[in-house]
Amino acid sequence: MTTPVLQVKDLRVHFFLDEGLVRAVDGVSFDVHPGQVVGIVGESGCGKSVTMKAILQIVEPPGRIVGGQILFQKDSAPAVDLTRLSPKCAELRAIRGAEIALIPQEPMAAFSPVHSVGAQIIEALRLHERQWRPTGPRLTRSEARSMTVDLFRSVGISMPDERVDAYSWQLSGGLRQRAMIAMALSCRPRLLIADEPTTAIDVTTQAQILNLLRELQRRHGTAIVFITHDLGVIAQMAHYVVVMYLGRVMEQGSVEQIFHAPKHPYTQALLKSIPSVNVAPRTLLPTIAGSIPHPLGRPGGCPFHPRCPDAIPGVCAERVPALRPVGPTQLASCFLYHRDEAVEP
Amino acid sequence: MSATPWLLDVRHLRKSFPIRRGWNRKVVGAVAAVDDVSFTIREGETLGLVGESGCGKTTTARCILRAMTPTSGEILFRAADGRVVDLAPLSRAALRPLRPQIQMIFQDPFSSLDPRMSVGDIVGEPLRVHGIARGKDRTARVAALFERVGLRKAQMANYPHQFSGGQRQRIGIARALATEPRLVVADEPVSALDVSVQAQVLNLLLELRTRLHLTLLFVAHDLAVVKHISDRVAVMYVGQLVELATAEAIFRHPRHPYTAALMRAVPVPDPQAPSGDVALAGEVANPANPPAGCYFHPRCPFVTEVCRIEPPALREIATGHLVRCHRAEELILSGVGAEPARGTHGVVDSLGHDGRTV
Amino acid sequence: MSVLASATPVTAEDRVSVASNWRLVWWRFRKHRLALVSALVLLALYVVVLCPDFFSTQDPEATEARLAFIPVQRLRVFEGRHASPWVPDVVGKRNPTTLRMEWRVDESRKIPVRFFVTGYPYHLLGIVPTRIHLLGAAAADGRDRLHLLGTDRLGRDQWSRLVHGTRTSMTIGLTAVTFSVVLGVLLGGISGYYGGAADAVIQRLIELLQSLPTIPIWLALTAALPRDWSPQQVFFAITVILSLVGWTTLGREVRGRFLALREEDFVLAAELAGASRRRIIVRHMVPTFLSHIIATSTLAIPAMIINETSLSFLGLGIRPPAISWGVLLQEAQNIQTVALAPWLLVPGAVVILSVLAFNLVGDGLRDAADPYSQ
Repeated sequence: MTTPVLQVKDLRVHFFLDEGLVRAVDGVSFDVHPGQVVGIVGESGCGKSVTMKAILQIVEPPGRIVGGQILFQKDSAPAVDLTRLSPKCAELRAIRGAEIALIPQEPMAAFSPVHSVGAQIIEALRLHERQWRPTGPRLTRSEARSMTVDLFRSVGISMPDERVDAYSWQLSGGLRQRAMIAMALSCRPRLLIADEPTTAIDVTTQAQILNLLRELQRRHGTAIVFITHDLGVIAQMAHYVVVMYLGRVMEQGSVEQIFHAPKHPYTQALLKSIPSVNVAPRTLLPTIAGSIPHPLGRPGGCPFHPRCPDAIPGVCAERVPALRPVGPTQLASCFLYHRDEAVEP
Repeated sequence: MSATPWLLDVRHLRKSFPIRRGWNRKVVGAVAAVDDVSFTIREGETLGLVGESGCGKTTTARCILRAMTPTSGEILFRAADGRVVDLAPLSRAALRPLRPQIQMIFQDPFSSLDPRMSVGDIVGEPLRVHGIARGKDRTARVAALFERVGLRKAQMANYPHQFSGGQRQRIGIARALATEPRLVVADEPVSALDVSVQAQVLNLLLELRTRLHLTLLFVAHDLAVVKHISDRVAVMYVGQLVELATAEAIFRHPRHPYTAALMRAVPVPDPQAPSGDVALAGEVANPANPPAGCYFHPRCPFVTEVCRIEPPALREIATGHLVRCHRAEELILSGVGAEPARGTHGVVDSLGHDGRTV
Repeated sequence: MSVLASATPVTAEDRVSVASNWRLVWWRFRKHRLALVSALVLLALYVVVLCPDFFSTQDPEATEARLAFIPVQRLRVFEGRHASPWVPDVVGKRNPTTLRMEWRVDESRKIPVRFFVTGYPYHLLGIVPTRIHLLGAAAADGRDRLHLLGTDRLGRDQWSRLVHGTRTSMTIGLTAVTFSVVLGVLLGGISGYYGGAADAVIQRLIELLQSLPTIPIWLALTAALPRDWSPQQVFFAITVILSLVGWTTLGREVRGRFLALREEDFVLAAELAGASRRRIIVRHMVPTFLSHIIATSTLAIPAMIINETSLSFLGLGIRPPAISWGVLLQEAQNIQTVALAPWLLVPGAVVILSVLAFNLVGDGLRDAADPYSQ
């Protein structure tokens, strides 16, 4: 078994608001292996974005990582625990952008409107030069530019020499996202975090971008953490799926297991409630009762129990189920499968 | 097909926005956001209007609602008293008495409710404005509406900020139904909601539609949602209607390459479904400068010479099935069926050419 | 199904659900300690505005050349161990060369200070004749004088003058801003909501007014005021002049807000419901930015105060014998006076205090004003 590129162990991120404590991420664990795409899926308030921010150490106050570890495996060095690094320290800045890159949700917001997209990529290349090219002479401006043009070509941007000088607002949504991907991949990161990268673009463009990501991932062997709420996209992209709800992992497993043999009531209900082009139309969709509680009003015990059709009275409301195996590579946190394994409060 | 009368008949609707350049803001061109769109909706029917961004579906919806004035065309509406009225040229004052009969459900649950008013007042506003109900009578009607959309009437005094996205959308639906409209235009009502909440709101709409015999124009970009709720579906691309047919027909046997490509592009929540065969290259055409001939031709896998030169007309190739494509009769496209997808979604024309491109 | 909240975190209390906008604004405002303290300071100042005579110790206009430039008699609260306020007495000596009285503080002689003493007559709130003042020297026969902030070159008590000046300056600030707000909301609203020709005309007017250099305009306008007008008329005229130029910034902001609000979904929903234009403006648009307008106005008041102070300082605004902070500062215009009697600069400190307080309150209001910003 290869060493995972990223190991998240029992991560806890809490937000200390005036109104109360919000446990945005409350004990999340998963591994990402080299070349693997791990999809984190969940609805609003599940903590997937906060998890992503914690990995990059960009959680804003009043939020703070209060527990757990995020072990990142650099090439040959021992794994470094990202939670122990201060958010502004040089070591972390060296990792961000070069070893762990981010494809954000809204590419328009992520690009500076007063610099050309090429300039921003060149900046990233030069900043992290010593990481992707440890030896050799320093990068010249023309070298950096031609590298950027090549990058653009490899992500499928037509007329790359002209597009390098374009501004982000001159490009269409699809092109912007491709440029964003180019920027993320410029320093050959070991881990790519894609935060809802296709939510803001059209379906046909989305298909192209997902294709591109799959292709690039195969070619470079980059591990990807793919965050989305769209189960269709997860089914297409991920090898391994983590289903989150209200800050905890409900279930995780290979994509086939999650979609064809879901064990957790939440996963099952979620899959049933999606309208799909393959489902008979105009019938009532099976829904999950109730709605997602406010983060300040998290239920005690298992976070899903008030809405769970299979909740066990007296058990699910009292204790929090631990994440335990329910199959060879599948884990679920549900008392239906492990009556005795609760999380210590 | 049946003798049900039509409720809305849109004829050759056009809406252009001028492009201005220069210091004196001279008009140098126009963007045809809606370019000769025609369709009818029968009473009690749900028409799904689907397309990607920039296709003109929202502009069409807003023209029908007369939130904006169309550049040309007719919007014939059969009012409650039986008269047929053309909404397009009417002034604000002339439209006012008709407003209770056409209402809208908005996309964004956060910006569509006035944050300074209690939700009871918001839902009751149409009743108040038209003097339909007063005082206790109005309160009772609003309470009934709340119950009908699945909220408690005790929540009427609350302010919108206290409700979740799904609940706000229900409030928006309650407001739309307050005046018992004949036509409801829903502009992407579930796009901004979480997956589990989408299902709840869709169920609500389905239920209300049946119970109240609503006529619904459902605008969306999500094909699965549209398929779920619509009787007929119209597909738009760069301001034009490219295909219009019943939901079954369009999903099982699309006749326009864009429709087929759109369906294949939707990621299916099934890891074994084929993925990666993207039939469409390029980007959505720019409505300010559309291609010559057929707007879709630069991306179409079945493009021929005539497509590049001559714009195709919207033709009826089967009963109730309209397509805007020169090659509609000869192409065999496959869509999605009620069974889970198996094998490839081969897109093949009658000459045996595989339309796959990247 | 329980009542569940939206993305904005709120307390779990039920009363929040029925909390109107104003209640929420107040709760958020309360969190800014500095703003709260400043609000209290302003409240105190406006209490003084209500009845300045009550807080004065002497008649602010009583001149007595003999009593010129009496230094500050600092108020002490404790005498030995007891809380018994007193001030040191002042001793005067005639300078043989200049033949002027020179005063200095004599710590050995104490004048007790009492509350609610009888002093010069005045009308409380302009109606009730009375002689009660908040502070005063214990002996009411005029023998012991109390000058908490000294006197000026005409022997007038500075403390009393300051108190009266506060009334004028704070009132002008408030009134001018109120006029500006009315003008700004009206014209900005028309401009933003109706657009078209009205918008173009009003915008050009705003640009014209803003491009005029303010000081020369004020000079011209105030110089045009007839010399024989009473101080009250001058006061009113100054207020109107200040607001005629001050409304432009607010007008622009209001217009911008209207333009943005016009596109909001809930405004469209109201239009589709058939609401009249008037109802949309009054019921939907104005409440949405009202708290913002109040915050902006609160920030505009200090500018007005400084404008008035500057004008009066230059002799172009409020003229003596009317009193305002600017008029008081006129006395401190030359180095000799300031060297001899530095206490004449105290009105400047009060200007700073009030301006700071308004700014802090305005900031706090502005931050609290939009609990719905998402």
